[in-house]
Amino acid sequence: MAVSATSMQEEPRVVLSARGLTKSFGAFAAVRQVDLDVHDAQVHALIGPNGAGKTTVFNLLTKFLQPTAGSIMLMGTDITKTPPDKVARMGLVRSFQISAVFPHLTVLDNVRVALQRPGGLSTQFWLPMSSLDRLNARADELIEQVGLKRERNALAADLSYGRKRVLEIATTLALDPKVLLLDEPMAGMGQEDIGTVSGIIREVAKTRAVLMVEHNLSVVSDICHHVTVLQRGEILAAGDYATVAQDERVRLAYMGTEDA
Amino acid sequence: MTEVLHTTSKLPAERSATASRTYAAFLLVGLVLLIVAPLFFYPIFLMKLLCFALFACAFNLLLGYTGLLSFGHATFFGGAAYFTAHAVKEWGLSPELGVLLGVVGAAVLGLIMGFFAIRRQGIYFAMITLALSQMFFFFCLQAEFTQGEDGIQSVPRGYLFGLIDLSQSTNMYYFVLAVFLIGMVVIWRFINSPFGMILKSIRENEQRAVSLGYSVARYKLGAFVMSAALAGLAGGVKSLVFQFATLTDVAWQMSGEVILMTLLGGIGTLIGPIFGAGLVVTLQNYLATSQFPVTIVTGVVFMVCVLLFRRGLIGEFYASRLGRKLGFEHRR
Repeated sequence: MAVSATSMQEEPRVVLSARGLTKSFGAFAAVRQVDLDVHDAQVHALIGPNGAGKTTVFNLLTKFLQPTAGSIMLMGTDITKTPPDKVARMGLVRSFQISAVFPHLTVLDNVRVALQRPGGLSTQFWLPMSSLDRLNARADELIEQVGLKRERNALAADLSYGRKRVLEIATTLALDPKVLLLDEPMAGMGQEDIGTVSGIIREVAKTRAVLMVEHNLSVVSDICHHVTVLQRGEILAAGDYATVAQDERVRLAYMGTEDA
Repeated sequence: MTEVLHTTSKLPAERSATASRTYAAFLLVGLVLLIVAPLFFYPIFLMKLLCFALFACAFNLLLGYTGLLSFGHATFFGGAAYFTAHAVKEWGLSPELGVLLGVVGAAVLGLIMGFFAIRRQGIYFAMITLALSQMFFFFCLQAEFTQGEDGIQSVPRGYLFGLIDLSQSTNMYYFVLAVFLIGMVVIWRFINSPFGMILKSIRENEQRAVSLGYSVARYKLGAFVMSAALAGLAGGVKSLVFQFATLTDVAWQMSGEVILMTLLGGIGTLIGPIFGAGLVVTLQNYLATSQFPVTIVTGVVFMVCVLLFRRGLIGEFYASRLGRKLGFEHRR
């Protein structure tokens, strides 16, 4: 079982938690009373059928959407009313379901844009572009880590779909986040990239918390310590993969969609 | 066929190296032309052209590089013209200090207008800037120091740094040229800087920029203020060239004219607006004496441009076969 190594030790620290998270659009409650605890150094999966509200939960946690009710704590700080860019600066960084790269920038520049703010090089309008070269070493490290070395100088727009996702993960990692939220990181990837990305996630989760939305259940069983199942905006089941997989209601909810 | 394959397979880095070489060549030619121009053309006409060219480039900094369509840039251009004219005429400031004051004034106005407008997008942004600039127009109409309908007249050009007599039109021309070049260098640097990189990324994918922790509104506001300040630089100098500042410079038609110039020349190209401004100012100048109404001609030119050359003069050139061969790229 993947759980063994870390869960043997003392209870890992909760870095991101939500209580009673609710989002209504008019009369429709997209997310209702969701409680969630994301632990340091662990991978937490958020699964559920289409339209279950997984991405909405992501948008709420990262404050791209303002919750109707409930509270969110990030490393002991209440972020329920914090704007999204500030949440990102506090160390909670997300990726997007639809690949979010800067298409007309090269792979290197994509990563460098992410490095600019932590590197204190984002507001200087008087410095030449070459001043960004001092970010190259770190950028190349990240590019190499995700296996994009050959595409370093290609435009992001010219990459395949899977490679764009990989690039997005690299730019997310560039911020050295404390909590990583990945929205379907493997969607549309070839088997080879899935292997690479699984490896990367496992590796980065050693020192930080990862919450991911994922449909690929073999990936979930492989790398995730905790699983939360959402259905129609509510939590259906939570626990480790084995527990959740045994749950009768989960099996019912997934009937016919498991292989989708 | 192999030729085609060869050129398209060039790496972006190589392409931009060719481009920068071509750029350097064009730049040199342009510079020489600008230096010898007063020998062939009427200096006032040239100075007007340079002022509007700088104004259009400042505007393009916002539209082309930040994606914000302001409909209130006359406020900064005309406002600075008033500030400079007043400071030079009433307070006896030297021309360089007068222009500087105009720039600072325009930047402050930009900060105020930007603060209210920046969080809105598209048409709402344009409408807020228009509304605020109309308010400023009304202020200029009523305020005492602008002298209402008369405007501030017979503004002395004075002595640059207390030494160079600007009432001599050759001296004035080179002063305007120097200001224009400084303005262009500032714009070029601004675009090609760490800040400019963030602006570019915001334009490419705003959501992603937010998720990387950038407060998008602040970067947009920064670009807005910079654009306003540079528009103010153009306006301040213009008031010294013509030795007056009037309501024409703060009216909404002026805001419209600068949009026209920028679109004609090519949005998002560094030098496009210079040509757009050149075209519009030249047309105005040569048609002013003819029977033909200027506005109809510029209107027709504008329509032809929008229908046939949507990227603008320079944008189309960059995208053309010749332009690509020279290593230019046009990206929208």
